[in-house]
Parts: sequence; C-alpha cells; structure tokens
Amino acid sequence: MTSLSLKDVSKSYGPVEVLRNIDLEIEEGELIVFVGPSGCGKSTLLRMIAGLEKITGGTLEIDGTVVNDVPPAQRGIAMVFQSYALYPHMTVYDNMAFALKLAHQSKDEIDKAVRSAAETLQLTHLLDRLPKALSGGQRQRVAIGRAIVRDPKVFLFDEPLSNLDAALRVATRIEIAQLKESMPESTMIYVTHDQVEAMTLASRIVVLHGGDVEQFGKPLELYERPANTFVAQFIGSPAMNLIEAKVTATGETTSVQMADGGHADVPIASRESDLGTSVKLGVRPEDLTITQSDDYLVSAEVEIVEALGETTVLYFKAENGDPSLIAKLPGINKIDKHTTVRMTAEQDKLHLFDSAGKSFLYR
Amino acid sequence: MAGIAGHKSALTWAVHISVALLVVLWLFPTIGLFVSSFRTADQISSSGWWAALTSSEQNQVYRAADPDDNRVAEGDGFVVTGNIFEDEPREIRAWGVSSRNVSAFQAGETAEMKDGETVTLQPDGSYVWRGNDKQLSGRGQRIFVTATVPPEFTADNYKTILFSGTGQDNMAKAFFNTLTVTIPATIIPIVVAAFAAYALAWMEFPGRALLIAAVVALLVVPLQLALIPLLRLHLGIGIGKGYLGVWLAHTAFGMPLAVYLLRNYMVGLPRDIIENAKVDGATDFQIFTRIILPLSFPALASFAIFQFLWTWNDLLVAKVFLIDATGSTTVMTNQIVELLGTRGGNWEILATAAFVSIAVPLFVFFAMQRYLVRGLLAGSVK
Repeated sequence: MTSLSLKDVSKSYGPVEVLRNIDLEIEEGELIVFVGPSGCGKSTLLRMIAGLEKITGGTLEIDGTVVNDVPPAQRGIAMVFQSYALYPHMTVYDNMAFALKLAHQSKDEIDKAVRSAAETLQLTHLLDRLPKALSGGQRQRVAIGRAIVRDPKVFLFDEPLSNLDAALRVATRIEIAQLKESMPESTMIYVTHDQVEAMTLASRIVVLHGGDVEQFGKPLELYERPANTFVAQFIGSPAMNLIEAKVTATGETTSVQMADGGHADVPIASRESDLGTSVKLGVRPEDLTITQSDDYLVSAEVEIVEALGETTVLYFKAENGDPSLIAKLPGINKIDKHTTVRMTAEQDKLHLFDSAGKSFLYR
Repeated sequence: MAGIAGHKSALTWAVHISVALLVVLWLFPTIGLFVSSFRTADQISSSGWWAALTSSEQNQVYRAADPDDNRVAEGDGFVVTGNIFEDEPREIRAWGVSSRNVSAFQAGETAEMKDGETVTLQPDGSYVWRGNDKQLSGRGQRIFVTATVPPEFTADNYKTILFSGTGQDNMAKAFFNTLTVTIPATIIPIVVAAFAAYALAWMEFPGRALLIAAVVALLVVPLQLALIPLLRLHLGIGIGKGYLGVWLAHTAFGMPLAVYLLRNYMVGLPRDIIENAKVDGATDFQIFTRIILPLSFPALASFAIFQFLWTWNDLLVAKVFLIDATGSTTVMTNQIVELLGTRGGNWEILATAAFVSIAVPLFVFFAMQRYLVRGLLAGSVK
C-alpha cells in the first residue's frame, strides 16, 4: 500500500520555479531521506508535504487521499523542526500535550500518551522543566516526543540534527534509527544535507538538485550505480573522480582512452554511436590502487599526502585546469611527494557518464 | 594594548555624564516636591525645601503675662514672672523688646528700658519683668525672639488632600476618577491592538502591507489635530463628555503605537513555533491566545506602562472629553489646575496634590521598569 504519493508536484514563487515535476511513491514504513545541497528545494518539498507551503502544481496523496488543500493538522503528519520550535513558555509535558489538548482528548489519554513517549525517549525526569533548562540534545528529543505523541501517519524531520554538536549528532542519529526500528509501520521523511545521515538512516534516498530529483533509490544503489555525475559526486567522500576520456570501442564492454595515456575496459554496455565521443570515466578514490603495470588508469604526480593512519589520501597534481584527482588507500602507504605513480581500479568499480553527465547505466 | 579591557572611551564618559545630568534634572524637582509636601506653610515661606533638614531661624513675638492679673509686689515696684514658651521650648539665639531691634540681647541678659523698667529673659524662656505700677499695667510687654526651630515634618497636608479637605482641596474623588479613566483606557487599546498586531504579523491577507504602512503613518499625526473633530463625532453619536468618550479617545490615540510596537515584537517571534502550532492543529485564535500572547508579555507590559503613564498624566484629552460642571468626573490633573487658580499661594497644598498625582506613576514605573526597557528593545531593535 502506498502511504504517500507525489504526482508531478511543482512549486513556484511567482515566475521562479523552485521544484519541478516531482514524482515519488513512498511505501508505508519507509524512512525516506531528502538530501541535496543548500537551496535545492528539499526543505520546501518537506514543507509542502506538511502543508506549510502551497502546492502550485500536481497532487499530493496521503493514504490515497488528495491532501493538496487540507490544513496541516488534518493531514495526519507530525513535523520536527530544525530549530526544535519548542514552546518556550510551556513545560516539556505541556509541549508534548499541546497537540492532544487541541484535539480535545481526555486528560487520561493525554497523560498516557505523553508518559509513554517520554519513557521511549528517556525524558520522564524532565517533564516539569521548561525548554530553556534543557540541553540541545534533550530539546531535540522533546521535539521528537512531541511528534510521537500525535501518532501520525507520516513523520517529517527538517534537518533535525544540524543544531547539535558532532558527538551528539552521532548519538541522536543512532537514536532516530532505533526509534524507526521500534515503529516499523510509521513512515518517516527526513531532510538533511549530510550524506552520512542519509546513507545510515534511509531506506531510500531522494537526491535533489536545483529543484529536480536527480535519483531516487536505496543508499547503496546510489553509491554503486549513481544515475549522473551529480549524484556520483554528492554521495561518497571524498567525491568521485571524474576523468575525461574518449570511447575507443563499444559493445557489451566499453573501452576508453584517457589523454594521459591511461586506458580502461569498462563492463558497461554502450551503443555504436558512442564511438569516439568524449565521456567521463568515474572512479571513487577508495577504489583506486597503485600499480606498476602498463595497464594503468591514470598516471599523475602526487602533490599532497595525508597520512591518517587508517587511510592515506593522495592528492594528485591537476593538469590543464582539470579537477585534481584523489586516491584513498587503505592503511599506511609511504609515498613521497612529487613522485609520479600509476593508479588502477577493478573494472566493475568504474562508472561511465556521457558528456551531459548521465550515466551509461540509465540510458 | 594591555589596558583595553579597562579602557573607557570618551563616549562612555559622555554617556555617563548625560545620564547623571538627566538623573539630577529629574530627581531635583521630584525630591523638592516630596519634601515640600511634608512641610507647613510657615516653613515653606521661611526657607527652601533644601533647608528642611537643618534648623531654621524664625522671628517670633511673645507677650509677657497680663500684668494686671499676674503682677506681684516686690520692694517699691512690681514684678511679673513667667515663661514665654509655655510648652514648646525653643533655642533662643537673640531677643529684644523693641520691634526696631529684635535681636539686641542674648539669652540671660537684662534689657534696660526707660525709667528703670527691666526685662530679663533666660535661655529656657522664663522671664522676669520689673517696673513701677504704671509700667506694669495694661498689656503684657512684647518680647521679640529669634529662635532656632528644629526640623519638623507633618503629614497634615496629606490628611487635608486625601481625607479631611473640603471642595477642591480634597483629591480623593479625583484620584478615583483618574483611575476610572486610566484603567479601561489602558486595557482596551492593548486588547484591540494585540489582535490587530497578530493579524498584521502572521496572517496572510491582501492589503496587509498597506495597513501596516497606514499604522506607521498614523503615528506621526498629532493628537491635537483630531481633538475637535473627534469631540464633534462623540457629541453627534451621544457619548461625549463622559467616561466612555474619554476611554475611546485614549484608545484611539494610543492605538497606532500599540499596534506598531506589538506587531514588531510579534513578527520577531520564531516562525517555526507558529508553524509547529499549526501542524499541531491550532487555529489562528488558539495560536494567538496560547502561544503569541504569553510570549509577547514583555511587549504587552511595556506598552501597558506607557499607556498608563500617558493617560494618568493626561490633561488635554480630559479637558476636552471629560467636562462636567458638577465636578464629579474631574481627574486629578484637571483638579490641580483648578487648585492652582484658587489656592495659588498655598504651596504646601499644591505640592502635596502634585505628589499624590505622581506617586502612582512612580510606583508603576519602579515596579515594572524592567519590562519597560526589555519590551522597548525587543519591539524595536530586535
């Protein structure tokens, strides 16, 4: 059963179009992460689902009902804001009970719901405090608790961890993952610009860029089979290397030739018309290995060596304005600066993108 | 630059000096009024209020006891003894027996008059007056005393003003009239303006920006401009010259600032909180009463103080909109003006009446000044 479905949804502020033709089918019980750089429209999309922004085109359905013009409170959603948005003049208990009081639930029901949510989030001893007497992490948990008590069909999280410090962020991320596990039937939509949050939490990720959905898929699918150069470079850190190349042979396996003499046979099918076109060969820094043989992918001069212990990151000298290549080697690797090394990678770890940036896999 | 933390710039000093000047400027007349209100008419006319704590010199005329009843034969003459300060001892600095030289003698000396008549005055006020039969007859000898009067304060003025005075001297009725004007004239605009401010800050409707601009424009319209047209309107619809008229007038004159101040404060409240309340299912009215009003308390309090002070100290609007020949609705400011006409010389009454009228604003200011400052800053600077 589809829990949430966006059909051809778009949003414009006057002549400015910020979201174009978004089509998403979200199943019940999924944790969907909207990820993308700042200004890509991910928060706007979430606020449209919440009902805080008007949908200017297309339809939004929750549980099969079109809710385009339904006010936020009747959509069966609960939202956790980036700034927590706790009511500063109410205690934790009243913050969590506010929505239920507005819904005219009985005192006993409210008490039960609040206490059980507080139990789940370990907030029981804080129920009488005001928000200003809480730490950042506790405030975040109250904001989540406020969403839980409403027992919504869909949870919406708007960058909930971005105001926390690094250590707390990891802990809270794990808490959210556990929370999702304890509520397998509830659907969650989570907005973030942090790809680690996206990769670890999501059952499926929506990558947004400039108002378009770049790719919608499982986290590892995005990592292993990015649909275009944007997704390829957005997911994974350091970003995927893209090397200019020319197609020299087509068929089930595509052969490409790099300008610096490197060569690769990529097990990705190509069309005859691709022969001779310039493409981008993608290879992730962690897939590159040093080789002595003549069958190398790239050969370049090492400019910077970052020895981190568990990995060694090599930054190669960029030539004629190309973005510099990065290699991430496991363990400690004693390589001197300014030496020229040859790098290669396993064939099935290579990606091919056409000149428009689209992956050969998705053509 | 070791001294940077402790370094005070010239500007800081300028600020400190101006503050000190303002404090003095404000405190000086207030304290004068306060001190004067506890002094008697005599003290006020003989010395300034700044001398109230030190003893003052006063010239007083006493008369020896009636010689026809009190003289006692002594030798070939008569003598009259007694004490000029019957139960009110004073310190005698000098004394005399003639109005031409009232401080000719020191206490304990003997004044020699014509034909052997003498008066001796002791420091405690006891005197011995000797003379012959003819000299010690008729009225008692006048004794001029320059005495030092210790500082003395009295609450009699307040008794007069608040309780025992008659007619215009009694401010009790006017005090309650002022309260009757002030309290509704503070509450009504706050309630109306709070609703308006919420709508202008957080509700989407066409023409909102124009309305805000109109409110700002109304801020600069002087009150005097509207007095007569408004009075004609009030008379036309039959609410002139009563409390209702003056309440509505104060409400109207206070409204632009109230709306402006509250709207600016409310628009600064975090949008997320209001949106969260919307997601929680709150209607606009519930958001207003449950979220906005409690969070706007500093701004509400600050405007309440302003409006209270203005309406309390207002004379002009009361003069125009609250006219009553019987005087049963006269407010304090108006009564003080009338008092100035009828009792212009009685400084002790005027000072006391004035102090009664500023006591309440003073109390309100000191009790709520932290809201005043906070609300002002919150409303404008953000």
